[in-house]
Amino acid sequence: MVTDQRLVDAFVGFADTLVAEFDTIDFLHTLTETTIDLLDADAAGLMLADQRGDLQVVASSSEEARLLEIFELQHEEGPCLDCYRGGQPVTNVDPDEAERRWPRLGAAIREAHFMSVHALPLRLRNQVIGSMNIFLARPGTLSEADIALGQGLADIATIGLLQERAIKEHRVLAEQLQGALNTRVLVEQAKGVLAERQGLEMAAAFTVMRSHARRTGRPLRDIAAGIIDGSLTGAVLQGG
Amino acid sequence: MAVTKVHAILADAVAGSRDGVTLPEWLCSACVRLLSVTGAGVVLMGSRGFEGLVAATGGLATTMDELQFSLGEGPCVDASKAGHPVLEPQFRRTGPARWPGFGPEALAAGIEAIFAFPLQVGSIRLGVLDLYRDVPGDLSSMELSEALALADAATTILLHLQARTELSGELHPDLEPTQNRAEVHQATGMVAVQAAVGLTEALLLLRGHAYSRERSLLDVARDVVARTLRFPPEDGHHE
Repeated sequence: MVTDQRLVDAFVGFADTLVAEFDTIDFLHTLTETTIDLLDADAAGLMLADQRGDLQVVASSSEEARLLEIFELQHEEGPCLDCYRGGQPVTNVDPDEAERRWPRLGAAIREAHFMSVHALPLRLRNQVIGSMNIFLARPGTLSEADIALGQGLADIATIGLLQERAIKEHRVLAEQLQGALNTRVLVEQAKGVLAERQGLEMAAAFTVMRSHARRTGRPLRDIAAGIIDGSLTGAVLQGG
Repeated sequence: MAVTKVHAILADAVAGSRDGVTLPEWLCSACVRLLSVTGAGVVLMGSRGFEGLVAATGGLATTMDELQFSLGEGPCVDASKAGHPVLEPQFRRTGPARWPGFGPEALAAGIEAIFAFPLQVGSIRLGVLDLYRDVPGDLSSMELSEALALADAATTILLHLQARTELSGELHPDLEPTQNRAEVHQATGMVAVQAAVGLTEALLLLRGHAYSRERSLLDVARDVVARTLRFPPEDGHHE
């Protein structure tokens, strides 16, 4: 169970981020990390509808290939897709049930030694724009309080994604979602460039980029662009 | 699934673009056929701005893109810079304030709504798909989804056209859409450094390699990320 103080700290942290110079991708990554921390979970990811009928990963708590594979399989089947389509949370699915409902994904979940999987909707009023995927490697379930907390975190993800508060028209939603999806691609390309230049693993390359973004107060998008056009060198990034 | 939809559009494009119709021309006419728009254009647009009009359905569509080209402002420019669509369903109300040069001229020409979709893969900026209509009004959600798939197809077509000029040996006749997976984009960045090329060419190298080995782009990308496959500079990738 989460202590009140930890909860307050986490939410105050998000409030700070949301009013300061805002960086969507970095924010969503932080949110996945906070989610696994507060729910005592082992992995989390955020998937966004790309408005072409598919879900795309925009943030995940780790770069582990096995986890990426699980996200990948959910383009076809799985809790995120069910949650996105039905608009309802999918919670406390154990590997047996997962294999019955989604044969290929269930096998991957078992192989990754997850004991339960959950998906909570990212909601904008009546519309679902994506879902938050949570994995537990420990036995046991998420309680109703845990799920309510998870849903609160998923709602914060939606707020962070859609920076314009009063989205009445689907065109504004389209502009913002497509922008976030493209920034994600840019960040992945920059991770590749930096990983190769500096001989780093992807996760380490991302950490270097995020630290630099925070140190300099510049958005991750700018850091990524600087790495790709060569104006930000490894020495600058790691030199502090 | 989304990739299937883009794939179907590209297959139709290849089949439909034989009798003197180019792929971008086919795509523009498909936009008019599938969406409630009057005309469409595909412009090449990189970091230096406009590089040319590739195809347009003629009349107003050509005017719309030429106006933006000569004035250096408009939905195309903004979509390319921002990396997201610029949708202006009520152009009469919003256009002149947003683009003081382009807005009034476009209205005078009879344009009442504009929808500009960037043709990009992260930092790879290829161009913009520009749609307009002569009456105001939004694209429906279904149409928006279709337009995004058409824009994905247009992105693949522009990549393909680049491959034809720069890597003639590795022409890809079947025009596979680029899978939108983290590993593909990470590998593109790694290959750019290994082969000392830009990101566009790096993606083309990956696609060419996958095609010539009859492997999926994602599998090849995973090998690059796992550092079991490298693309050395110059012609080392041709065996």
